[in-house]
Formats: sequence, structure tokens, C-alpha cells
Amino acid sequence: MLCERCQERNAEVHLTSIENDEMATVHLCTTCAAEQGITGSTPAPAPLADFLAHIGKSVDDPSRSEVSEPCPYCGTSSEDFRHTGRLGCPQCYAHFEGQLRGLLRRVHGSTQHVGKLYLSEASAVDDPTAHLRNLKLRLERAVELEDFEAAAAFRDQIHELEGVTS
Amino acid sequence: MSRGDGVNGEDGLSGRSRSIGDRGTAWLRTTGEDHEIVLSTRVRLARNLQGFPFSLRGASEDRKRVLERVREVLPSTRLLAEATLWEMSELDPIDRRLLHERHLVSRELIGPDEGPAPASSALALTTAGPCGLMINEEDHLRLHTLCNGMDLEAAWKQVDALDEELGRMLPFAFHHEFGFLTCCPTNVGTGLRASVLIHLPGLVLTKEINKVLQGIAQVGLTYRGLYGEGSEVVGNFFQISNQTTLGKSEDDLVDHLREIVGQVIEYEKRARAVLLREAPAVLEDKVWRAYGILRHARSLAFDEMMNLLSGVRLGLTLKLLRTPRVRTLNEIMIFAQSAHLERRAGRTLDEGDADVFRAALVRELFFVDEESAASPSESRHDAAD
Ligand SMILES: [Zn+2]
Ligand SMILES: [Zn+2]
Repeated sequence: MLCERCQERNAEVHLTSIENDEMATVHLCTTCAAEQGITGSTPAPAPLADFLAHIGKSVDDPSRSEVSEPCPYCGTSSEDFRHTGRLGCPQCYAHFEGQLRGLLRRVHGSTQHVGKLYLSEASAVDDPTAHLRNLKLRLERAVELEDFEAAAAFRDQIHELEGVTS
Repeated sequence: MSRGDGVNGEDGLSGRSRSIGDRGTAWLRTTGEDHEIVLSTRVRLARNLQGFPFSLRGASEDRKRVLERVREVLPSTRLLAEATLWEMSELDPIDRRLLHERHLVSRELIGPDEGPAPASSALALTTAGPCGLMINEEDHLRLHTLCNGMDLEAAWKQVDALDEELGRMLPFAFHHEFGFLTCCPTNVGTGLRASVLIHLPGLVLTKEINKVLQGIAQVGLTYRGLYGEGSEVVGNFFQISNQTTLGKSEDDLVDHLREIVGQVIEYEKRARAVLLREAPAVLEDKVWRAYGILRHARSLAFDEMMNLLSGVRLGLTLKLLRTPRVRTLNEIMIFAQSAHLERRAGRTLDEGDADVFRAALVRELFFVDEESAASPSESRHDAAD
């Protein structure tokens, strides 16, 4: 049964009340119920939490390979994540990678970012190979967008880097 | 009411007023395309800094360091050099609510009405332009632009430019596969949420709305009420936005939304034409009743007012009414909310008082527009407040 309020999540709270001699039952998901103040104990609305809880329940789910260790950088555990729908730090993405990939595929239909690329000064110094790969992707994208000025700039940077590394 | 005047000399803003005033309300001016149907366009990007826990989990020391890093670089940007930066903790609770009522900050950023604001949460806002930056919401940074009418392309270009500037100076958390990393995996990848606040009374009255909303869901978009996630739809205003953020480029996400919203606008216009043709008397009665109540009521609850404003807005676009101006309707939606009313009254208002003040404000603004329409030779009031 779908939640009457959001029509998106499963109804898990069924509240029967009697008003004006009429009995009425409302069916709400936990998030909407919390927002309506029906369950006082539920924390701030976390739209993903329901979804994640369901994933956790389905035994035959191949993406269920849950990471048992908490994130070494911020201490977020699998359980924290399932409960709040929120990760703790950028490194969580690497730490929970296997588990996340299945989730991202369900939520977004993809795991591969194809939008803007990010090139920082730091990344050029830390990881020249990744930097070069990013530059090449950006060059491709600039050509696709017919932004030839940007493309020329990226090509120059690539030549420069390849000259240094080879 | 600003208590920060002159305190914050180091951000190069000394001498400039730090009071909230009417800051961040330029988007109410009816300058955008299809502004009668589309109230506003917003594009936001979520970004995080490498090396810090996300703000939601950050200790107060981490949050403070994030804010300081951002504060340091803002003067070197082109788009936010002149911006004012308010820490939520330096503002009165009423000022924080004003910002929220203007759709410039989220509930999460300002915290609950009672009690202190979240530590080191802040807003940077340009004086005139459409750009803003929330700092230490659940993500470290939320860049946004907000403009009037249907203007996705311009809004995206602005926020893209701001992102480029900030990205050159701050180390964003970026993953080769997942893209820009965010606290919530529903925002990961582009971190982009583009949304359009659209008025659809024609589709609601013709009962076509559910079909349209289902169609929207099928093409990967979603809708919400006035105040974003979890909020109710009031006054027939729907906020339509992209649902997913990963696996498509920013341009594709924005183009897709623009295309679909363009279709929704067409459906809405068609529904209005049908109503006007099939049920002109009913429609006219509805519009004039709404006008009459707003023009004369002595007490108005917010939701009631919103529903009546919807009728008047419809009447204006169908040329059944001559006044008030659409811009006035936009202003009422913002200025007749509780914090704005309290600011005007100079005191806190309980619900009953607020309803009385709200009705008085609406009468006054309707009257001003009637007067200036009746004497077109006189120069019109530019600002209603
Ligand atoms: Zn629900
Ligand atoms: Zn972590």
C-alpha cells in the first residue's frame, strides 16, 4: 500500500482515529508520519532511509554485501547510513563503494558521472595520471560542445603534461 | 535590526549595510519569460570540500574551518566579491525566518525557530544579482541562482560560472566515477537540482493535474510544494525539478526539464482556454469572489490567502481582472508570511493577530494597484513596500 500523503513510499504507519462518530484510518510512510508529528521518536525526515531499509530486508539482493567496518575517516557505519540515508564524509564513497554502486543504480539508473569534471591544482600534483585522464575527457567534451577555444587550451595542457611525464 | 553592522570589517564589506532589508527579493519582479505562469526558476549545485566530514556530521571545529576557508576566498571571486555573508548565529531568529520565507535558505540551514542557529551555518548573497551560497547545510556548499519566470538556461549559466570560480580556489570532493560527492547519495554526480515554481490552476480545475504529475514522474522529474521536499502544495503552485543527478550531464538535465516544463505550460494554457470556453460564468465568478474576499477580508489564514491569490492570478492572465499587478501577487506571497508580518508589526504575532495583519496588508496592496490603475497619468509605485 502506498502512503496517502506522498504517494511514493510504502505506508507503514496505520493510524485509526475516531472523529465525529466516524472511524477513519490514515496510511502513511514513516517519513510522512514523522512530518505530521504522528510518531514522535522518528528523527528528521530522511527520504532515503525507508528505501535503504527495504534494500536491507530483501535477502536475494546481490548488492547486499554490507561493509561491516565503519568508515575509517569519519566513523560512519553501514547502519548509520541505512538509518539516516546520509554519508559522513567524501571518503565514505570509497569505503562503501561496493554497497553504494547498487544503490546508485537503483536511485539514478547509473553509477557513472558524465557531467562537469573537476580539476584542481592539488589533483594535478597528487595524481598526474588522473589529471591527464580528466583533461582528455574535458577535451572530448569541449569538442562535442564545439567550444574550440577551450579544446585548444586543454590540448595544450595535455601536450605539456605528456611532455613532462614521458 | 542587523547586529552585524561594522563588526565584520574583514570581508571587505564595512560601510555597506548588513541589514536584511529587502535583499534577495529581486526575483519577485516580473521580468522573466512566462512569468504569469512560472513564478521562479532555481538551479542549485551541491559541493563539498575534500578533507572535511560533511557538514551534517562535522564537529563544530570542522564546520568552523569550512566556513573560514570559504570566507577567505569569496573576495577573490567575481560573482560573490560584493556579497554579504551572514552567519546564521549572528542574525535574530526573525531575520533567519525572513530569509527562509524568501526561499534563500533552507530550514536545515537556519535551524528550529526556538533555540540557537546551527554552528557556523551561513549565507552569502549578492546585493543585486541572483547568486547565493549556503555554507554548512548538510553539504559544505550549496550554490544557487534564483530568478523570475522561466529562465533555466540563464540560471544554470550563472551557477556554473560561480562553480568554476569557487572550484579554482577550493578543493572540491570529486570521484572519478561518482562525480561530485555529496552527503546524500541522491545528490551525487552533478549535485544539480534545477527547479521551476509553476502555477497550474487550469490543470487543477479541469482535473487534468494528476495525469500531468504522473507523466512528470515517468520522465524522471518530480514535484513538490512551495518549500521543497515534504512541503504541501498550496495555491496550485508546484515545484517541478529533476529527480536524478547522476548519469546525465548538467546540460541534459537542464534541457530535459526545460522541455518538459515547456509542455506543461502548453497544457496549462490549453486547460485555461477550455475553461474559458466551456464554463466562463463559473470561472468569472470564482475569480471575482477571490478578488472580493482578498480586497475586503479582515482576517486571512495563509493557506486560504494562497488559494484566493491563485484565483486572482488566473483572472489576471485571462484578462478578467485589470488589477492588481502580477508582481504584487508575487510580493504578497512572500511579504504576507509570518516573519515578514512580524517585522512589519514590530512585534511577535500569534496566529490570530497574524491573520488580521495579513488581511490588512493584502487590502493595502490591492488598493495601491487599483489607485494607480485608475490614474494612469501618475507615476506608478514601483515598490509596494
Ligand atoms: Zn509518505
Ligand atoms: Zn566517512
